[in-house]
Amino acid sequence: MQKKSSSLVLSTSTGLIFLAPALLFIALFLFFPLVWVLIISLTDTTLTGPAAVSPSFVGISNYVRLFDLSRWMRLGNFGNALRNTVIFVLGSAIFGQVPLGLAIALAFHRRKGLLREIVFSLATVAWILPGVAVAFAWIAFLDRDFGTFNALLALLGFPKIDWYFDYPLYAIIIFNIWRGTAFSMLLFSAALGNIPPSYWETADVIGASAWQRFKDIIFPLVRPNLFTALILVTLWTFNVFTPYLITGGGPLYRSETVPIFTYRVAFKFFEFGKGAAIAVVMMTINFILASFYLLMQRRRPR
Amino acid sequence: MRGLKKCAFKLCWGIFILLVVTFFLLPLLWLITAPFDAKATLRVAIPSKFTLANFQAIFRNTFAVRALFLNSIVIAGGTMLGVTLFATLAAYAIARLNIPGRDILAYLLVLFSSVVQGTAAMVPIFILLFHLKLIDTYPGVIFVLIGGLLPTGIFLMRDFVAGVPKSYEESALVSGARPWQVLRDVVLPVLRPGMMVLAVWSFVQAWGDFLISLIVMRSPAKMPAPIAIYSFYTEGGTPVLTLVSAYSLIYALPVVFLYLFVNWRYGFRFFGGIKGGGR
Amino acid sequence: MKRILGLVVLSLAVLLGVNGLAETIKLTVTARAVRGGVNTHLVEWLEDHVFPAFVQWMKAQGKDVEVEFIQFGGSDEALKQQYALDLKVGRGADILGFDGFWIPEFDAAGLVKPLDEIVGSQVWDWDGWAYIPQGMREILGYKGKVYGLALGTDVRVIFYRRDLFEKAGIIPPGSGLRWQPRSWEELLNTARYIKKVLPDVVPLQINAGTEMGEATTMQGWFMVLLGTGIHMYDFESGKWYGEHPGILEALNFYKTVYVDEKLGDARLQLISGARARTFELFRDGKIAMLVEGDWFWRSVLAPGSEWAIPNRNEVVDWAMMPAKEPGAGYRGQNFVTISGGTGFILNPNTAHPQEAWALMAFAFSREMQLEFQKIQPRIRSRVDVPVVGDPVMSEMARALLQYTTVRPMLPGYPKISYQAQLMTERVVSGQMTPEEAMAAYAEALKEIVGPENVIIVKAR
Repeated sequence: MQKKSSSLVLSTSTGLIFLAPALLFIALFLFFPLVWVLIISLTDTTLTGPAAVSPSFVGISNYVRLFDLSRWMRLGNFGNALRNTVIFVLGSAIFGQVPLGLAIALAFHRRKGLLREIVFSLATVAWILPGVAVAFAWIAFLDRDFGTFNALLALLGFPKIDWYFDYPLYAIIIFNIWRGTAFSMLLFSAALGNIPPSYWETADVIGASAWQRFKDIIFPLVRPNLFTALILVTLWTFNVFTPYLITGGGPLYRSETVPIFTYRVAFKFFEFGKGAAIAVVMMTINFILASFYLLMQRRRPR
Repeated sequence: MRGLKKCAFKLCWGIFILLVVTFFLLPLLWLITAPFDAKATLRVAIPSKFTLANFQAIFRNTFAVRALFLNSIVIAGGTMLGVTLFATLAAYAIARLNIPGRDILAYLLVLFSSVVQGTAAMVPIFILLFHLKLIDTYPGVIFVLIGGLLPTGIFLMRDFVAGVPKSYEESALVSGARPWQVLRDVVLPVLRPGMMVLAVWSFVQAWGDFLISLIVMRSPAKMPAPIAIYSFYTEGGTPVLTLVSAYSLIYALPVVFLYLFVNWRYGFRFFGGIKGGGR
Repeated sequence: MKRILGLVVLSLAVLLGVNGLAETIKLTVTARAVRGGVNTHLVEWLEDHVFPAFVQWMKAQGKDVEVEFIQFGGSDEALKQQYALDLKVGRGADILGFDGFWIPEFDAAGLVKPLDEIVGSQVWDWDGWAYIPQGMREILGYKGKVYGLALGTDVRVIFYRRDLFEKAGIIPPGSGLRWQPRSWEELLNTARYIKKVLPDVVPLQINAGTEMGEATTMQGWFMVLLGTGIHMYDFESGKWYGEHPGILEALNFYKTVYVDEKLGDARLQLISGARARTFELFRDGKIAMLVEGDWFWRSVLAPGSEWAIPNRNEVVDWAMMPAKEPGAGYRGQNFVTISGGTGFILNPNTAHPQEAWALMAFAFSREMQLEFQKIQPRIRSRVDVPVVGDPVMSEMARALLQYTTVRPMLPGYPKISYQAQLMTERVVSGQMTPEEAMAAYAEALKEIVGPENVIIVKAR
């Protein structure tokens, strides 16, 4: 593989030096653990208990047990976690963060001023605050008896909602929308800002309506960004662990997503062989989704 | 008629913005009111017994204070420097060296990093660090965090690198500048806003890390804030709301300040070139 | 020449001598405790009393020792994770704060070892053993071997609000009489009566569900199951009860309380973090009866704690948990309770086993244990260290230690305990009937320990 530099600024050797540190870190702290995980997913390794001393090679039985269809959907098993995760990703990422981020970016497109700064900062702060702090704030926010949300509902004359007991999955969906919208918002805002002003001038001249502008100018130019946002946000949402701090995956596993399920298997009971299998399955699902997005994007005529 | 339509449109816009602001603001209110309440509950209310005693209690817990003001900063700062530097170098090199398959590679790396940041990889990471004699050290935590964040960091940085026109570089060279001068005077200024975003993002990720610090650190003197916050729990494992809210607030402030600073100085935004597929 | 030689020899002697003297032994102890935070009493006792005295004592014997306590502020689970990782690679503090029921699984993985294997048989020369009865040794013991020493043990009772009982007329006010149910029916009738007379008080809260973890199994499941006459495990045959009429009776008790008659608030058992809420409600007099361990009295309600009740001696009282009927309980008892315990074990990887053991023995000497009693009175493992300063604790110990039993110390226990919690959760939430829940439990047990180790007794 001839790495011929296409730049006169950066010679091949300097370029490789630039790459070296990143490659070193990735080799040590990414590839090595990854290979390990792949290998132990084929065993019944645990950290405590008899299997820790004499783990045995079990082939793909860890994987098979995950997909044991007769018990799959039972609350507390993998099928349940997977279904919850799918709903979670659909609700909070695909139909949550990304559209909302786009809407906010559109709303402030070509506008500056204090309001824009306030909105963008609020959303970004929600994104960057540490998970622990945010978890406490949300436990307080959606509490049935004392939470602000229900206080607001009461003010408007609506009955209280017991989020964490009746609708835990919806609770974490709303939480995750709140948490991650900023990324899509910033992404689309930048993309919109890159649209050459000449397009807008033309649109003004021909008297295009807002909807026409969206359909014919914005959407085509922003579509690539849409896919990237979807891929990254889907990946992140699939793997996010913060909801554990709010609902603990409960009650009765109704808000248990795959990362929480992995944690329970691998850390509560130290069953790392099984935990590794789950991680590999997750990665495969993410891979399939990402490929799907990429294919969809390439197939449409540009 | 047109005027009415415009009015309705403006009204909708206004309502939308109001809803958005409310949505993002409301959950944060508790973090601002509870720490100042001597009898903090889960309620958001103007503190009936306004007090700073919660903060006093926090500062008496030297373990937790040290965790926040020293350890978290060292860990997050180190990670920030590492990720920003190495990801920028790598992203630039990847773009200029024309490595084949680099787009697929970038996606694959991001995928792999998700496995490694989960709980399943904790054992190999621990054993690796043990053999490198990095258990209970700052570099141990920092290196693992850097390794986990680099793929996404490189991915994000490629967006900004796309904004450095090769033509600028080449014309600078032609006018007699040395390569390192070109890097410093042409490339770096364009990349700087991107590096700032990356710095904030990686700082934030490391600031919130719990799992890796738990695996690697042992001395209480080196534990960062997300672990130290549990010292404000009772023996039975329930949080003491007055203390936990106060600590959360202090814990949240540094990242907010970092964001505000970067936003004011450089503007916190992406480049807009992140597109999926080939380039 | 001679002079120079002499000087060299002298210098060498001094150097060697100094080196020999300067060898400081550093010992580390760790547990889930933070000064000013969780388990602060442990830190105070160790750092302020035990360590200084120990260092002095060692110095008097010519040994230079330094002791450090490594605080840990995370959760118990997080500490267990750290232990598993550390022990696997052969590192860790010399003395580890350990929960007894972790020992079987750690031992099965070869991560912990009995005391006499680490220190040698001279460990039995310690005079303290004479004051630690067999039952106490078993708290940190496994398969007949002793792995460490327990800081104490505990018992579980029904805590009730005297003021609410007086208000409801169950206890004539000012009479000083105490309430003691003698059967489940009496207990439930009291709960029903309270529900009628004091409608906005939750009459009875007994742990269920996976949310509260081991607290459910200990304070909830065992307290009910033992009342039906069986344990979770048959010590004689070495098998676990998968299906049994006793299990069904216990599950139906839960169903009565939480589903049929709503004598308890199921929601509080099922949401994350609701344990704090139950403490709060009990403190505020909104829960009338709460089944908990003595820890609840000496830590949660104690003056200075977050849920302290200022006049706790007047408004809070306790009663023993009855068996289903008199004589129907485990071992034919009228009342039941169960004990657990945490303590310290030695790290098999310690570089200084003799000194570490000396430190442990010192901490568990009569003097040091009495010091701890002054800071936090509770039932200790030494019989020559009585509970002082807290008459309620003394009374609980006196009344209940005769009825108590322990959890089965086996590697599969944590998983089986979890299945029991799950079983109660399914019944209490209405998700499954008691029969279905028990069937699922038995099935899970067969997977964990193998079908040959599960006892199935069908109801007649």
